[in-house]
Amino acid sequence: MTGIRTPLLTAAGLAALAVSVAVAVTIGPADISTADVWSSVAAHLGLGESGLAPLRDGIVWDLRMPRTLLAAVCGAGLALCGAVMQSLLRNPLADPFVLGVSSGASTGAVAVIVLGVGGGAVSLSAGAFLGALLSFGLVLLLSHTLGGSVDRVVLAGVAAMQLFSALTSLTVLTSADAETTRGVMFWLLGSLTGADWADVLLCAGILVAVLVVCLAHSATLDAFTFGEEAAASLGVRVARARLVLLCATALLTAALVSCAGAIGFVGLVLPHATRALTGAAHARLLPVTVLTGAVFLVWVDTLARTVLDPQEIPVGVVTSLIGVPAFVVVLYRGRRPA
Amino acid sequence: MTVPEPPDASGLRADRVSRRAGGRLVVDGVTLAPRPAETVGLLGPNGSGKSTLLRLLAGVLRPSAGVVTLDGSPLTGLGRRTAARRVATVEQHAHTQTELTVRDVVALGRVPHRRPWSPVSPEDARAVAAALDRTGLTDRAGQSWHTLSGGERQRAQIARALAQEPRELLLDEPTNHLDVQHQLDLLELVVSLPVTTVVALHDLNLAAMYCDRVLVLREGRAVAGGAPGDVLTPDLIETVYGVRAEVTDGPGHPVIRFLRRSPRPVTPSG
Repeated sequence: MTGIRTPLLTAAGLAALAVSVAVAVTIGPADISTADVWSSVAAHLGLGESGLAPLRDGIVWDLRMPRTLLAAVCGAGLALCGAVMQSLLRNPLADPFVLGVSSGASTGAVAVIVLGVGGGAVSLSAGAFLGALLSFGLVLLLSHTLGGSVDRVVLAGVAAMQLFSALTSLTVLTSADAETTRGVMFWLLGSLTGADWADVLLCAGILVAVLVVCLAHSATLDAFTFGEEAAASLGVRVARARLVLLCATALLTAALVSCAGAIGFVGLVLPHATRALTGAAHARLLPVTVLTGAVFLVWVDTLARTVLDPQEIPVGVVTSLIGVPAFVVVLYRGRRPA
Repeated sequence: MTVPEPPDASGLRADRVSRRAGGRLVVDGVTLAPRPAETVGLLGPNGSGKSTLLRLLAGVLRPSAGVVTLDGSPLTGLGRRTAARRVATVEQHAHTQTELTVRDVVALGRVPHRRPWSPVSPEDARAVAAALDRTGLTDRAGQSWHTLSGGERQRAQIARALAQEPRELLLDEPTNHLDVQHQLDLLELVVSLPVTTVVALHDLNLAAMYCDRVLVLREGRAVAGGAPGDVLTPDLIETVYGVRAEVTDGPGHPVIRFLRRSPRPVTPSG
């Protein structure tokens, strides 16, 4: 192995993430110091009294903390799903949304917000989650009947994406008023505005479970480097591995999208940028890309909520505005001699 | 007709295997039983079933009829990982878009030996180093796969297969995209390996030079088998490939010269 060892890189990433979260929470219109953050967190974890006023404590613990942590979890999860999709589908353009999960989620969310499906008993998140799973189920069924090879999976995903995008647009155009449309747009572009602790715990729980599954399959993912036939001759049970990994990443993506909308670009670009650092072996790539994704989205969301203060930019817009130039630099530096 | 069987059921053998695809028998009742450490050539025109037979032998495809066995046990019952620790495959053309080094490619051969969560063991490192050394790629180990020439890529795939530490090696037209020097280099390497090898080849002269025995397929059926000198006759070549050829004795192996379909036109002199 060349380069920095995985444990060292992981430790450095964890430290960077902890510092990023601690600093990002202090940034915003209300003036809050790192010491305030520590005392609030310590108090809520039962480690002493918070000397903060309830309002300031609320800003830290109920607003900024869950939002920053949800940014970290979303960044981590999207980067993980992107890395796995790119390897499994052998397509450098694959991202977590390639299987139509985000489009299905938006249809589900819009059905709840605009059409009032569920009669108020179903939340936006739940509607989005159900829509995502429905779309993914459709993709699995379609790709299976088409023969199940990776290009069929991608084509089925494209079909589902188009179908659900059309349904979403149709619903919004025919049924929504201007205010609802604005709310829907914000969610479609990806936003961490509504983050609460329930979102954080749900998404973090699923992230950990899916990360464990993916890490257990890291050698399997390596084996897909030269295609499914090559993977099979290396002892991989291809159909089973593909199904397990697709379901795990779709579940995580569905959870993330239902809490924060379809935050683009993270899942496409962060895995590529991380590969430049770690090489292609998944035992190294996956843990590190989880951390780079988390740190990246923490900072991007901090920018999104502060740069045009008091107006907020959808985080998905900022990920692309910042990510594209960064990606071009990565591609440029990594270019091969012709 | 079949290649004669060894007395016991050791090693990899296909026993009257068939494979049906799209309503047609792509492989039809073929028996193949390589002897330990020998090199068997699979010959036959395009679409004669060579690749499918290799995939049946690798256990990647299941036979529709007949059985492939490894030391007497059906290959399909062994589990993919167990099979991949014994039988390694080199395809005719390996392609990836992933940026990775030659060492990474060779290390893929350790996948069937590794358990989830286990780090790279000294045994893995030793097998990769030995495979790089055996194929003369040690100096290239840190180099990007994409910077290798076609011949070097095939050597890297053979190194990956050796890192699997197989006893049986299957190669599907490994010399297809190579110039003549690299074709010879590659087959010299293959026959020098201490494994039982089954190699599909298009070039009859390469088969005659490097194979201990050959099995000739036509429309999925084995039509001849045995030592190249016994099998590769002008009659057989005309029957199977539909071309006329002269076969002469060469240095230890027959030499095949193909003949034009029409006599060379006489060019008027002056």
